[in-house]
Amino acid sequence: MDMLGYTLKRMAISVLTLLLVAAITFFLMNAIPGSPFMTEKSTPQQIALANAKYGLDKPLIVQFGNYLKNLAKGDMGVSLKMQEGTSVSKILFGQGKFVLSMKIGLLALLVAVIIGIPVGVLQAYYRGRWIDNILRVITTMGIAMPGFVVATLCLFEFGVTLGWLPVQSNSLETFGAYVMPVLTLALNPMCRIAKLTRTSMLDSISQDYIRTANAKGLKTRVVLFKHALRNSLIPVITYLGPLTAGIITGALVVEQIYHIPGLGNYFVSSILNRDYPVIMGTTLLLAALIVIMNLVVDIAYKIVDPRINITKKGD
Amino acid sequence: MSGERKKLVETVKLRKYFPVSSGFFKTSHVQAVQDVSLHIYEGETLGLVGESGCGKTTYGRTLLQMYSPTSGKIIYDGQTIYDSEKNIRVDMKPYRRKMQLIFQDPSASLDPRMTVGEIIGEALDIHKLYPGKQDRADRISELLTRVGLNSEHANRFPHEFSGGQQQRIGIARALAVEPQFIVCDEPISALDVSIQSQVVNMLEDLQAQIGLTYLFIAHDLSVVRHISNRIGVMYLGCLVELGESYELCAHPIHPYSQTLLSAVPLTDPEKNRTRSRILLQGDIPSPLNPPSGCRFHTRCPYATERCAREMPQLKEHAPGHYAACHMLDAGA
Repeated sequence: MDMLGYTLKRMAISVLTLLLVAAITFFLMNAIPGSPFMTEKSTPQQIALANAKYGLDKPLIVQFGNYLKNLAKGDMGVSLKMQEGTSVSKILFGQGKFVLSMKIGLLALLVAVIIGIPVGVLQAYYRGRWIDNILRVITTMGIAMPGFVVATLCLFEFGVTLGWLPVQSNSLETFGAYVMPVLTLALNPMCRIAKLTRTSMLDSISQDYIRTANAKGLKTRVVLFKHALRNSLIPVITYLGPLTAGIITGALVVEQIYHIPGLGNYFVSSILNRDYPVIMGTTLLLAALIVIMNLVVDIAYKIVDPRINITKKGD
Repeated sequence: MSGERKKLVETVKLRKYFPVSSGFFKTSHVQAVQDVSLHIYEGETLGLVGESGCGKTTYGRTLLQMYSPTSGKIIYDGQTIYDSEKNIRVDMKPYRRKMQLIFQDPSASLDPRMTVGEIIGEALDIHKLYPGKQDRADRISELLTRVGLNSEHANRFPHEFSGGQQQRIGIARALAVEPQFIVCDEPISALDVSIQSQVVNMLEDLQAQIGLTYLFIAHDLSVVRHISNRIGVMYLGCLVELGESYELCAHPIHPYSQTLLSAVPLTDPEKNRTRSRILLQGDIPSPLNPPSGCRFHTRCPYATERCAREMPQLKEHAPGHYAACHMLDAGA
C-alpha cells in the first residue's frame, strides 16, 4: 500500500474513532443528573415544554441518531442555555474562542519543541558536567510542578509583585498577554521533551556512526544535530501525540487562571450548564484535533526513520 | 632498511586516560594507553594485537584524535599535530581527509537514517571534493564498484545489506576522501569467516593499488600475521613487543607475546596436540589500578622482584625487533 492509500485508510479509522467518542460522550453526559432548563424558578411544565421544543423528550437512542444525522449535514445544533439559540458551529468558530485557544496551544507546542530539544541535546553533549546537572534539576522541577501552581506563582511574581506582565490576559491583545499563558502551558512538555531528547541522545551519541561522522571531519554541531539528533527523535515524536492532548487539557486550567475567553474555559462552563450540543461540539472538535495529531505523528515517523514501514499490513 | 623508509605516522609516549567517577567527588582514571611510542612507515601494514581491553582500539582512536590524548606527541607526515608539552593542537579537519577509520561493527558505524549514497556523499561534501552533481554521483558509484558493490546500491539504506556488504560500504566511505592512512579497528572480527578473507584480500588489493598505509588492529593473530609487515603486541595499555611480522611470530621474545602465540591454533592437528601451550594464571588486571613496575609481572612466569619495582622500557634486542622486558636485559 502506498502512502496515499495508507493516509486514506487512517482517515477512515479516524472517522470511526470520532463516532465512538461521540457515542460515549453523548450517553455519559445524559447520564449526569440535571437538565439545561432546570433553574430554581422553573416549573415541571416549563421544563417539559422546553424538552419537547428541543426534542429532549425522545428516547436517548433516537436523540443520538438525530444528532448524527444533523452532524453529517454539518449542523451541530444550537446552544440550549449559555447562548440560547446560537448555533454551536458559530460559537466554536465564529466568536474567536477556538482561534484564541489554538494560538496559545500552538505557541506552547512550538516553544516546548524549540526550547526542549536543544536543551536535551546540550545536556547530552555535556553529560555529567555542571550544565547538565543544573538543567536536570530544572527539568525535573518543571515536570513535577502542576500547571496551576506555575500559573499562580507566575501571576504573583510577574503580574503582582514585579508588575511586568498583565494579570488578566483576556483576548491576548498585547504581546505581554501571551507570555505567561504560553510559558505556563509549555513548561511541562518542554521539560519532558528535554528529558526524552537527552536520554535518547545519550544512546545515539555513543554509537559508531557518530564516530564515523567525526572521522569524516564534520563539525560537532552538524554531527550532533544531523546524525545524533535525527536518530534520537523517535521517542520525542511519539510523545507529540499525547502532548497535544496534554496541551488541550492544560489549556482548560491556564485559560481559567489567566481569564482568557478561549474554548477550554467555555468547555468547562458548558458541562456545568448541561448545554448538551455545546459539550458535544467541543468534545468532537478536541477529539478530532488529537486524532489528526496522531496521524501526523505516524507520518512524521516515516520521514525521520526511513526504515519504519508504516504502510505495512498488520499495523 | 628501515632508516630509509618514510615514517608516515609516529606517536611519542602517547597516553590516554579516561576519568571514571568512583563515588562522590572522587575520580580515578582508566589507564587505557600508557606511553605508547611507535611509528608506521608509509605503505606498510602495522598489526596491533593484544587481548580485549588492552587499549589497542583506544590507541587507534587517540592516534586519530577521535579521543583527545591525555599527553604525548603525534606526528603525521612530518607535521606535529599534537604535542602536550609544546601545547600544539591543530585543526584536525584537513587531517580527517588523510587519516580514516574502519570500524569493527559495520552496521553500527553507518547512520541508519541515511542512504549509502548520502553516507559516502557527505564525506565528499565536507571536504568539497567532486562538487559537480554528476561528478559526485560518478565518484560514489566508482567507490561502490571498487569495493565490489554496484552503483544501484547507492539508493539503499544500510540495513538492507549483509554484514560483509556493510563493511564494504564502510570501507568505501573511508576511501571517499582519498586517505593515505587508515586505522582498521578489528574490521573483520564481526564478520563471518568466509567473508573475513574477502575483506582482508580487498584491503590488501586496495593497499597495492592506492598505496595505503594501515594500522590493523585485531585479536586474531593468524589474520594479523597474514596481512601485516610488522606487528606490535600490547598488554594493559603498554606496547610490550614490536617487530617484523615473520620474526616476531617465529621468535617472540617477550613472555606475553610467547603466551599469545602459543595460543594460536596450528593447522596440523598432530602438532597442535603435542606442542606445549603456555597458560597464564589469573585475569588481566584492572587498568584502573594497574600493577606497579612491569604491568605483566603479576602473570609472568619469569617475574622477579625487579619487575614489580621498575617499568621496563622498549629496547631494540635484534635489528628492528623491540621488546620491553627486564629478563631480556639480564640475558644480554
